[in-house]
Amino acid sequence: MYFYTMRGEVKAVDDVSFDVNKGDSVGLAGESGCGKTSAALSILKLLPWNGKIYGGSINFEGEEILKMPPNKFNKDIRWKKISVVFQGAMNALHPNKSIGSQIAEPILAHESISKEEARKRAERLLDLVGIGGSKFDRYPHELSGGMKQRSMISMALACNPTLVIADEPTTALDVIIEAQVMKVMKELQQKLNLSLILISHDLSMIADSCNKVAIMYAGKIAEYGESARIYKEPLHPYTQKLIGAFPSILGAKRELESIPGFPPDLLNPPPGCRFHPRCVYAMDICRRKEPEVIEADGSNHIVACHLVGK
Amino acid sequence: MVARNLKKYYTLKMGFVKTLMAKAVPFVHAVEDLNLIIGKDEVFGLVGESGCGKTTTGRLLLRLVEPTEGKIVFNGTDITAMSSDELRKMRRKMQIIFQDPYESLNPRMSIFDIVSEPVRIQKVASTEAEVHQRVTEVLKDLELVPPEEYIYRFPHELSGGQRQRIAIARAFILKPEFMVADEPLSMLDASIRSEVARLLLSIVKKFHCSFLYITHDIALARYMCDRIAVMYLGQIVEQGVTEDIIQKPQHPYTEALLAAVPVPDPTARRTEVVIKGEVPSAVNPPAGCRFHTRCPYAWERCKKEEPKLLPTEDNRIVACHKYVYGHGK
Repeated sequence: MYFYTMRGEVKAVDDVSFDVNKGDSVGLAGESGCGKTSAALSILKLLPWNGKIYGGSINFEGEEILKMPPNKFNKDIRWKKISVVFQGAMNALHPNKSIGSQIAEPILAHESISKEEARKRAERLLDLVGIGGSKFDRYPHELSGGMKQRSMISMALACNPTLVIADEPTTALDVIIEAQVMKVMKELQQKLNLSLILISHDLSMIADSCNKVAIMYAGKIAEYGESARIYKEPLHPYTQKLIGAFPSILGAKRELESIPGFPPDLLNPPPGCRFHPRCVYAMDICRRKEPEVIEADGSNHIVACHLVGK
Repeated sequence: MVARNLKKYYTLKMGFVKTLMAKAVPFVHAVEDLNLIIGKDEVFGLVGESGCGKTTTGRLLLRLVEPTEGKIVFNGTDITAMSSDELRKMRRKMQIIFQDPYESLNPRMSIFDIVSEPVRIQKVASTEAEVHQRVTEVLKDLELVPPEEYIYRFPHELSGGQRQRIAIARAFILKPEFMVADEPLSMLDASIRSEVARLLLSIVKKFHCSFLYITHDIALARYMCDRIAVMYLGQIVEQGVTEDIIQKPQHPYTEALLAAVPVPDPTARRTEVVIKGEVPSAVNPPAGCRFHTRCPYAWERCKKEEPKLLPTEDNRIVACHKYVYGHGK
């Protein structure tokens, strides 16, 4: 998926593949500009006007989303089967409507049920996220940041989706509130057997909440697999450095890793491996040829690096 | 840098009629009776969640915000009641770095102008050549080399990490003795963060600065700070050597904070500390211990009596009845 700009095409998402199985919680990790949000918005066909999907396939429950007519997608898929919790979603709440009515809104839009039924369901959702159905008539300004974010989660769950995409759901929340909100999300995920795609730059949070993780860099997937595997034995040099850049309160105090330079301009990405200008192990081939995505040691651990698999 | 019994109350603005009708004007108890000593060459962390008063404390120490009560003593001089002229001279030695590298640099000024501004305002250089030299020197300290490549650029041409280095350069060009940094790394990408952290620590060491590092990220504070103080609702609840506090927190709030922080290891076993609810209002802080409404160990005494900050055997101070009286007496 590329963005068309006046200066050319920004190759935001290039040949990205990953699977989300039912009940999975997949983390899409990377730094700003790596393409994670663009990849997720592509799934929901919520790209800005200058974003265009040039190829590839998005297969959801056996159906090819990219070939689906927009009407069908809007009615049956978006918000009904796949929903989103956006970044800074708490700022997206309508200030003049009660939170309950905002949760009921998508229910009424997608299903033909009575207002009373919708209200009951919204109240139950508020109970589910720990805010309590009694707060249905409260307005957003009466709620704290954590409660607003949890209301957004209720909204995302309103039509009983099978997949929820959460884009940086806990930025701007304090640590303790973040822990509360993530706990709620994990419980809900188990209770409702939801699949979750969690987008974040925070590798610590992803380690805590996701059983699989995809590390993205400059529009491509560098590494992908089970979290336990990736964090214990990262194969891609970028993954290794990135994990090392996050301080931990557990274990011995250690030096933090850093990566010199900065992410490439996606108008003209570097030839060969997009990470080579910043990679300590860069070899000649890295500058010339893009590494293929291969499966390392045959266990669903995917990596794109010339160092691996030779 | 020493702060004694610092208090900062902000009055709440209310409508005209309410002001007439209210018996007392409500205050936001932003900082309550705070005592701090930061030594030379020391990196001291102020850790807490939003609204705990850490940013206000940082600004109080520099008198960017006037204290309601209390004393601030810097290098043996009481600066609490200093005139603005004298304070300006003091400010050569006291500086601040802000969180947002996109907001703290004037977009219309060149890098050279931004970094040299403090030198000009404080009139500490006699010739243009000297100004130029000071700018290039501090840019080299922050590894923005060659300096000539940066001085004529504008902020929008630089990345977040580079901009923050410029903000640091501007803060250190006067070789200050006391520095406050308010979340200087939180808006930077992870891979850049540690690079800037390293440079920050090295320049602090180079100038033997006393450094107050304000953050909500206790994991980062572990990496940056020699000692930390944990704040909650305007008060310090625990203070001591960073590593001691991280390994063995004494205050229930510190415990909760450490239990809530995620770590980059999916297989880590964590104890779950259940803290319910949200931070109460600073306008009407709870009576007794301010944390009692959310504390899993709270008992009768906690609701009535404010715990004092008392020293412990392992060289720290804690304000908690549980520490003094044990559990549930």
